[in-house]
This record gives sequence, structure tokens and C-alpha cells, in this order.
Amino acid sequence: MLALFYIFIGVAIGVSVWQITRILNFRGVIANDEDNAKQGKNAIYFMVFLYAIMIYCLIALNVLMLPESASIEGEHDDRLFNITFWLIGIVQFIMQFLIFFFTFKYRGNKNNKAKFYADSHKLELIWTVTPAIVLVGLIGYGLWQWNNVMDLSDDDAIVIEVYSQQFRWDARYAGEDNALGRGNVNYIKGINTMGVDMNDKNALDDKQVTELYLPKGKKIHFQFRSQDVLHSAYMPHFRAQMNCVPGMVTEFGFTPKYTTEEMRQQSEVIAKTKGINKIRNAKGEDPYEFDYLLLCNKICGASHYSMQMKITVVEQEEYDKWIAQQPTLASVIK
Amino acid sequence: MSEHHHKETFVTKYIFSQDHKMISKQFLVTGMFMGIIGVFMSMLFRMQIAWPEESFSLIEAFLGPHQTDGVMNPDMYLALVTIHGTIMVFFVLTAGLSGTFSNLLIPLQIGARDMASGFLNMVSYWLFFISSVIMVISLFVEAGPASAGWTIYPPLSALPQAIPGSGAGMTLWLVAMAIFIASSLIGSLNYIVTIFNLRTKGMKMTRLPLTMWAFFITAIIGVVSFPVLLSAALLLIFDRSFGTSFYLSDIFISGEVLHYQGGSPVLFEHLFWFLGHPEVYIVLLPALGITSEIISTHSRKPIFGYRAMIMSIMAIAFLSTIVWGHHMFISGMNPFLGSVFTFTTLLIAIPSAVKAFNYITTLWKGNLQLNPAMLFSIGLVSTFVTGGLTGLVLGDSALDIAIHDTYFVVAHFHLVMGVSAIFGMYAGIYHWFPKMYGRMMNKTMGYWHFWISIICAYGVFWPMHFIGLAGLPRRYYSNTAFPMFDDLADVNVVITIFALIGGAGQLIFLANFFISIYRGKKATQNPWNSNTIEWTTPVEHVHGNWPGKIPEVHRWAYDYSKRVDPNDDDSDYLHGQDFVLQTTPLLDGEEPS
Repeated sequence: MLALFYIFIGVAIGVSVWQITRILNFRGVIANDEDNAKQGKNAIYFMVFLYAIMIYCLIALNVLMLPESASIEGEHDDRLFNITFWLIGIVQFIMQFLIFFFTFKYRGNKNNKAKFYADSHKLELIWTVTPAIVLVGLIGYGLWQWNNVMDLSDDDAIVIEVYSQQFRWDARYAGEDNALGRGNVNYIKGINTMGVDMNDKNALDDKQVTELYLPKGKKIHFQFRSQDVLHSAYMPHFRAQMNCVPGMVTEFGFTPKYTTEEMRQQSEVIAKTKGINKIRNAKGEDPYEFDYLLLCNKICGASHYSMQMKITVVEQEEYDKWIAQQPTLASVIK
Repeated sequence: MSEHHHKETFVTKYIFSQDHKMISKQFLVTGMFMGIIGVFMSMLFRMQIAWPEESFSLIEAFLGPHQTDGVMNPDMYLALVTIHGTIMVFFVLTAGLSGTFSNLLIPLQIGARDMASGFLNMVSYWLFFISSVIMVISLFVEAGPASAGWTIYPPLSALPQAIPGSGAGMTLWLVAMAIFIASSLIGSLNYIVTIFNLRTKGMKMTRLPLTMWAFFITAIIGVVSFPVLLSAALLLIFDRSFGTSFYLSDIFISGEVLHYQGGSPVLFEHLFWFLGHPEVYIVLLPALGITSEIISTHSRKPIFGYRAMIMSIMAIAFLSTIVWGHHMFISGMNPFLGSVFTFTTLLIAIPSAVKAFNYITTLWKGNLQLNPAMLFSIGLVSTFVTGGLTGLVLGDSALDIAIHDTYFVVAHFHLVMGVSAIFGMYAGIYHWFPKMYGRMMNKTMGYWHFWISIICAYGVFWPMHFIGLAGLPRRYYSNTAFPMFDDLADVNVVITIFALIGGAGQLIFLANFFISIYRGKKATQNPWNSNTIEWTTPVEHVHGNWPGKIPEVHRWAYDYSKRVDPNDDDSDYLHGQDFVLQTTPLLDGEEPS
């Protein structure tokens, strides 16, 4: 790879030197008709290149994309995204065509005269009003969905605290009473790594874990804390993200839609996993199996790039079994 | 003004010059120097992303103690992305772009002998210079330069325990930025005062070229928003050095609880982005102004919708100051605020669309002289559209939560403000080089430079959208900790190769620039047949710009290809040529455009 890099540098320097030597006897400075014709054609070639990579990426990289939303709230995110994406895609294709086609079509020539055309109220009105109307739709749908996602009023939601520090994630389930005990960095001591106030009776049945287990179809109400710097809990498969801010509690919620097992059976996920495993096999690494993940997505220090926590979505019965096995804080922290 | 009466020494002419033309060249060359550092850094960290475990002698040679056997350390990776962002946004695209062209063009295009205060102008440059020197020095601090991201969010930027770059490196960063802001403010005030007061006779505000409008509004946004960043930086300095708790609260790090109580990092985010978002337009508007001028001149057509362009610049400027919260949808602020910011943010699409359509309509039925300056302007329109459109995704809070801080964002803002503004800057350099140095740049090298640049810009940033949609967060030192990103490795290699070629391609520009200063063909007085009055000054610079009286202005700047009968395309050109200088009086019975 190093050789490759040097080849590129070599080529670039070669091109530069070649051009520099040309400048000494080639003092062209202002485009003439010949240049206009050539550059006009280049604009068309470039347009072909641009369309080629735009379309190639849209098709070939599609398999790399995240699978469909694994949360019920995220369904509308996907739909809104698709609408927006198609819209901007169409506009992009038309605009780029106009830009480079006009560059070619109206390339300068001694015999041509430009049209003197300085203003048109009608046109201005059209392209002020049209985007405005389209935006009303996008904004409306977006705001409706935003209110949806940020609505945490469901009282039956399972309350879970996600706790961040350089460079690990922990979680605390609220237990039987579904209320978290107070937490503050001043209470951090020994195995009480999340700084839970054990004098708060809500804290006694809380359960501290290192991996998230979530029941399918139940609203989860996350509360986020950080003990040192900003982190961000990014759960891409659920279309969810929230910063963890030292000194305050932030919130987010969603309802898991598919168990991890179900997700592994999805065609998109199978295709992506296959692609990944082909690469891993070639390198002699262990095969990869799909799992939901929580990633840190706010720069937080040297090991930011590896800070993660596994999330497993299971059926309700399995979740009940799992949560019953976890020890309460009262039994761990004496 | 009594020019030529005082004797100029080498020092007053080239170093402590108060002549706006010299100061603009100083800004340009300093900005280019910083740009070389910034781009080089991006090539280093792109190599790290593409080939994470590979050893490079290049990295070994440049990163000294911050690498192990030719592989950079994670802290250094973060330092590189931090300083790359800082340098490119502030030192290259704010000072390098605005500093160069506002200084060069404001007096020349409005018809003034110099800036309102030549002395303050000089101070502005030298503060920028000192700030650049401090920023460069900070690269050599033992623990490494600032590494908390160019947004320097506390507590990471406040605590050396959290990341080594938050020690002396961060202190120098803050000092450099404070001085930078002072420089920028002095410059902006000067631009505003000059445009308001020193316009020549007949140069009404409605006859100003669009470059002037863009620089004028940019300066106003700068004056409104930069002081807020200064206060943010000052409070951070207080937290870091004097134990206050503006941004910090309840922190446990390195085994101990720190004393900070009651502060909030979210406050910093608000203050930072109150500048940070307008900053995008501080970077972009001058580039758009330059482009308006160049597209019109080289299309030999009036800019379409002059008044609409001014209105859209004003609308963008106004909206830009009330959208900062879209960087903070997931910061933990009240969701209702998120709704408000989504609304205001998406509104910016309207004036932006108007601008894009107006550029395209200006090209329509033009007689395009495809000089390098023109190609870069057309390239700007292209990248501005591509990058602007994805803003509709990111500005929507409901969508932003799914892709915030991924590579989708990196692709978006690099296209819409990075590449676009750089293209605007290049366009300006190619176009006004004859005004700066009295010589012309070579066009063939200009063409090579343009096509390599735009191909690589799309080669780098178009695929980057997709790895963002795959959920890959930005600022990851390596993606190897997540098997789910293994299939993105090849895309990252392709992106890096394009980045390396694109970076190397800029050498063509540097060669062209420096050789042309000494060996370029001598410029004529008005090489592009332009209407604006900077082309009525002599090629050789004189103090006070015009040797005699300042010319009087009689018309707007865009009477290109105007006909005797404006409604008949087949009638003859007015004055027998396809341009009419602003200094040419209206003919009897001629309708002002």
C-alpha cells in the first residue's frame, strides 16, 4: 500500500513538472473558442462521470446500508427519509444536468451573442414558491414524527439508565418499582461504579448490567448519564441517538420491533452479513453475526472508536427470565 | 489623499503595509500556507482510516512521538481532525477567503482610495498572522495539539485528564482563536464602514456588484456572531484555568470527583453554534458573491435576478443566526426547541434554491468563456447544490437523530461549505490574479487543476454519504473495533485514494500561482472585459488605486451584451462591444437595467 501511495505522489509530481515545463513556452492565459469547445465537452464527460458514480453508489453500496428500522418509532423515520431522499435525488439529477449541459450548450464562440436577460418576476416567483410548498410538506411530516419520537409519556415504559464513562457503557434497570434511584458522581465508590445513592429506597431494587436486554414490543424509556465527558449513545438500528451529558440526565425512548433472532433472518441483514463474512474469511478472522449495538458517537478521547455495548432484543418471556436472574443493587452493594 | 508624498521603505511596503492590495496578498499567502498544513493533515488521517494497521514512513517522519512504528496514535488522529477542521474553517476559509478578497475588492469595486482605516486593516492582518503562528506552534507541544474536535466541546476540551491534547495544546488553541476573533472583528468593522461611507459618486447601494453585497453581509454576520464565540472561549479559559464552573458539573475522572458544580456543556454548545452556524455562511457567502460576479462576467450576461440575489443573501444571513440549534437536536435540549430549529433550518432551502436557479438561468443562453475561474464557479454551483440538498435530510430533526455525527454529515458539510468555498476562492484567485500581481495565470494548468479537483471532490464525498448511512460515526480512529463496518473498508480505501490524488493535484495550482507571479504573461488592464471599476485602475499598483480622480459610476455592474434595443436580441451591442463599464454614462434614452 505504501508503494501505491508513492506511485500517486510520483504521478502527481510528474504531471506538475510536465505542466510547469509546458508553461515556459505555452503562455495561454485567456480561453479562446478552441478552449471553450474543449472545456464544454469536458463538462459533458464530467457529467457522465458524475452520473456514473452517483448511480453506481446508489446501487452497489445499497447492500452496505443499515437494515430497516428495528424500532416501531423508526418506521416513520425510514419513510420520511425515503421521501426526502427521492425528492432530493430527483432535484439533484435535474440540477446537475442543467449545470453541465448548459456549460456545454452555451460554450462561448466569437459568432455567438449572449441573450440580455436580467430579470423575470414570474420565474423568481416560481422558484421561491415551489420549494416553499414542498418544504411545508417535509417540515410538517418531520415535526409530526419528531413529536412522536420524543414522546415519553407512556407510563408503562420500562425505565433503563444508560451510563457512560471513558471508555465503557453500563446500564441500570429500574427494577420492580420501575423507578431509578438517585445517582451522582459523589456516590461513586468501590463497586458502586455508577454512583447510585443507596439511601434512596428506589435504588435498592435497581439492577446494574453491562449489556442491554430489551423485550420486543415494549416501550423503553432510556435515561442517559455521563460521569466525565460528553458521550453519545447511538443505536443506529433503532434510529436512536442521544447525548450523555455530565451534570444532567437526558432521555430518549423507542419500542423494539424485531428480536435479534428475527433480525438475523431478514434478507437485508443476511446479505450484509454474507458480505462482511467474505471479507473476514479472507483475513482469517472469526465470522460475524448480526447484533444490535450501542456505539459512542461523540468524540470522547483516545478509545472513542471502540466504545460499545451489545443490545439483545428478546421475546417478553425470555426477558422476564433474564431480568429475574440479575442481582439487585441492594444485594451487591452492602 | 496625498499619495506618493511619503517615502516607502521595504518594511512599510511589504511588511507593515497599510495598502489594502498588499494586505490582501498577505492574507492570501498566509491562508495558502495554512491551507497546505490543513490539507496535508487530512491526507495523513485519511491514510489512517483506509489502512489502519499499515506502517507509513511518511507518518513516521511527520508525527514524531505521536506515532508507533509508522502508525499514528489514537490521540494524534483526533488532534489531526481537530486542527484540520480549525485551520480549514477559520484560517483558510474565513481569513484566507474573506481577508483576501474583501481587502482586495472592497476599495477597488466601490471606488475608494483604500479602506476606511488602513492602520486597523494592517492590525487585522498582523493579529491573524500572530494567531496563525500560535496555532502552528501548538502543533509542537509535547502532549500534542488540541484534540477535542474543532467544536472543542467541554468537558473533553477542559480536562487534560480526559485527553492529553486538552493541556497546553488547548490553551494555545484558545489563545490563537481569541486573537483570530479580534482580527476578524477589526477586519469586518472596517469592511462595513468602508462600504457604507467610501463609495464613489454614483455608486448607490443598488449598483454595488454582488461581491460587495456578499462581503458586506458577511462582515455583518461576523460582527454579530464572532463575539459570542469569544465569550464562549473566555468562559472556557476561566473553567480551565481559574476553577469556575460555567460548563462543568458532576465530573468523576481519574479516580476522583472534581469540584465543578452547576455548569452545563449544553451552554457551551449554544454559544459555540451561535457562531458556528453563521460561520458556515461567513465562509460561503463571499464564495457565492465571487461566483455571482464571475459567472456573469464570463457568461457575458447580466446576473439573473440581481435584486433577488441580494434579497436571498439577506434572507440567508438572517436565517443563519436563528438555526444554530440544528447542531444540537440530540444534545439533550428541550424537544420543542428542536421543532423550532427544524422549521427555521429548512426555510434556508428557499433562498438557497433561488440562488442556485439564478446561477443556472445566468448560464442559459450565455456566451460562456470557459476560463478556469468560470469552471471553478460552475463547479461551486454543482457542489453547492449537491451538498445543499442533503441539508434537507440533516436539518430535519426526526432524520438527524439517526445519522447525526456520522460520515453523512461529514460529506454534507464538506461539499456545501468546504469544497464550494474553496472553489469560490480558487475562482476568485484565477479571476483577480491579474489585479493582484499584474500578470496572468496559465489556463492549461488551471484546467488540469479544476478537473482533478472536482473529480476528486466527488470521488471523496459522494461515496462518503453512503458509509454515513451505513451508520459509521465520524472521528473514529479505526473502524476495526466493529465487525459490522468491515464491509465499508474498501469504500474508505477508494475515498482515501481520491483524497490523495486531489490533495496532490493542488500542487498544480501552487506551481501555477508562484510561477505566474514571476513568469506569467503580463496582464492587460481589463483582461476579462469586465464592467466593474477595479479594471479601470492601472495594472501597476499605485497607492490610492487611481492616479487621477476616482471615476464616477453611472450604471450597475451587469450590462453585459446589452443591445441598442434591449428587447431585440438581433440588434447591435450598445457601444459596439459586449460589455459596458460602470463608468460609462447612460446614452440618451437608454433605460437603466
